Amino acid sequence: MLAIWKREVQAYFYQPIAYVLIGLFFLISSIYFTMGTVASGYAEINYLLQNIIFIFTFIIPILTMRILTEDRKNGTEVLLVTSPSSITQIVLGKFLASFTVFMVMFLSTFIYLAILYILGGAPEIPMVIGGYLAFLLVGASFISIGVFASSLTENQIVAAIISFVILLLVNLMDAIISFTSGILAKILSVFSLMSRYSDMNSGILDITSIIYYLSFTAVFIFLTTRVIDKRRWSQG
Amino acid sequence: MIEIQNLTKHYGEIKAVEDVNFTVNKGEILGFLGPNGAGKTTTMNIITGYIPSTSGTVKVDGFDIMEQPREVKKRIGYLPEQPPLYMDMTVTDYLDFCSALKEVDKKEWKGQKNDIMELVKITHVQHRLVRNLSKGYRQRVGLAQALVGAPDVLVLDEPTVGLDPKQIIEIRKLIKALGKNHTIILSSHILPEVSAVCERIVIINKGQVVATDTPEQLSKNLGDYTRFTMTIAGPDKKVSEMLKQIYGIKYLEVQSKVNDDEFSYVIEADKDVDVRKPIFHRLAEAGYPILELRSLGMSLEDIFLQLTTEEKEVN
Repeated sequence: MLAIWKREVQAYFYQPIAYVLIGLFFLISSIYFTMGTVASGYAEINYLLQNIIFIFTFIIPILTMRILTEDRKNGTEVLLVTSPSSITQIVLGKFLASFTVFMVMFLSTFIYLAILYILGGAPEIPMVIGGYLAFLLVGASFISIGVFASSLTENQIVAAIISFVILLLVNLMDAIISFTSGILAKILSVFSLMSRYSDMNSGILDITSIIYYLSFTAVFIFLTTRVIDKRRWSQG
Repeated sequence: MIEIQNLTKHYGEIKAVEDVNFTVNKGEILGFLGPNGAGKTTTMNIITGYIPSTSGTVKVDGFDIMEQPREVKKRIGYLPEQPPLYMDMTVTDYLDFCSALKEVDKKEWKGQKNDIMELVKITHVQHRLVRNLSKGYRQRVGLAQALVGAPDVLVLDEPTVGLDPKQIIEIRKLIKALGKNHTIILSSHILPEVSAVCERIVIINKGQVVATDTPEQLSKNLGDYTRFTMTIAGPDKKVSEMLKQIYGIKYLEVQSKVNDDEFSYVIEADKDVDVRKPIFHRLAEAGYPILELRSLGMSLEDIFLQLTTEEKEVN
C-alpha cells in the first residue's frame, strides 16, 4: 500500500498535472479570498471554504481520472494484482495518493487564515475547526467518488466526465431533493453531502456527520475494489 | 512445484481453457506451446493469480492460489506479454517500486538490485526513463521486474515477442541460465524457441492440453509412421520397385544421387511394422548393399501442426 502511495504521489509530481491543479486551485481560491472575504470585510474563513469546495467539483475529476485507468491501459494492473498486496490495499494506496495532493491544496488555505488574523480579524475557533474538518471530510468523499469513476473505464476522459457528473449531482442534491418527497427524498438524502457540510461549516460539530462522511468514503472505496474484482472474473 | 488440476476457465459461452492438467517440477523449464488464442495467456494469468479460474486448482509449492493467494504471489515472478512498466519512472525507481510492492526486505533488495540489473544487462540504462527505452530494453526491464525478490517460480509469457534476432538469442540464453535457480514456465508459439530452451513441453490447443513430453520424446512417439533415410548402392528404379513391394512401406522417394550408382532415399513406414529387416534381406538377396540407414524423427514443427490441426490425443 505504502509503495503504491509513494509511486502515485511521485507520478503526480513527475508530470505537470499536480502543479497545474495546485496552481489553478491557488489562483481561484485567492480570487475568492480577496474579492469575497477581504474586500467584503468578512472576518471568517467559512464562506471562503464553502466556495472552495465547489471548485473541487472541477478539480477532483481531473486529479483522479488517471489513478486507475492508467494501470489498465498500460498493463501495470497485472503487476499490482499479482503482487502480494490485496486489491483493497491497492485502491487505498491510490486513494491516499490523490488525497495527498488534495492535502497540499488544503494546507495552502491556511495562508488565508493567517492573513485574516494579521488583518485583525478574529475568526471564531469552533467555526474554523468545523470548517476545516468539514473541508477535509468532503474532500475525502469527493476523491473516493473520483477513484471509483476511474475504476469503471480505461479512458481518462470518460472517467473524468463520470466523476464530474456524480459530483455535480451531489452538489445539486439538495435542490433535487426539494422537488421530491416521501421515500425518494429519503433515499436521495443519503447522497446529500452538502447539507451536512453547511451544518459543520457553521461550527456545529456533529459526530454522526463525521461518521457519515467517513462511511461514504469507505463505501466508494469498497465499491471500487468490487469493480476491479468483478472485472477479474470476466476478463481475459 | 506447480500442480495444475482440471483447470477450466469459461467466459460466458466461450471455453478459454478446458480441463487442463499438468505439473512442473522444481528446477524445470517447461515450455507452454500453442497457436495464438489457444489459452496460454489465460492459463498463465490464472497461475499468477491475476484472474480466477472457473473451476480446478492451481497449487504452487503446496499453496492453493484461490485459498492462499498471498503465499502463491510471493513465490512467483510474472512477466506478462506486455511488460507491466510505468513509462514515467526511471529504471531504478521502477525496480525499487517493484521490490517495495513485492514486500522484499530492504537489505535483501540492496544486495540483489545490481546483480539483477547486471544479469539482464540494463545497468547502463538504469537512470533513463522507461519511456525512452527501446522495445528490447523494456522487455529486459520487465524481466528484471519478474526477478525482483528472487522468486522460486518464473512465469514468462512470450518473452521474446517483438525482439530482434540477436536479442532473442540473448534472452533465450538468459532464460536457460535462470533455469538453474528457478522453476520456469515459458509460453511461446515459436517452436525452435521452445525446443532450444525447454526441458519439457506442454502443447495446448483450443484450451486443451494435447501433448506433454520432452522435445525428443514428442518427435519420437508421434505420428502414424516412422521415417528414415537410406543410401543404397544400385540402380534407383530397380531398388525403388523392390522396396515398394515390402509390406509396411507407405511412401518412398529418391532424395538425391550420391554417386553414379548410389542413391539416397526417404522412406516412410507404418509405425507398428519394423521394415528394416525385410529391407536388409531383400537388398542383400539382390546384391544391393545398404550404405547408410538413419531414422528421421519427426520435426517438432510437424508434430505441432499435426496436433493443433487434427486435435489428436497423444501420450
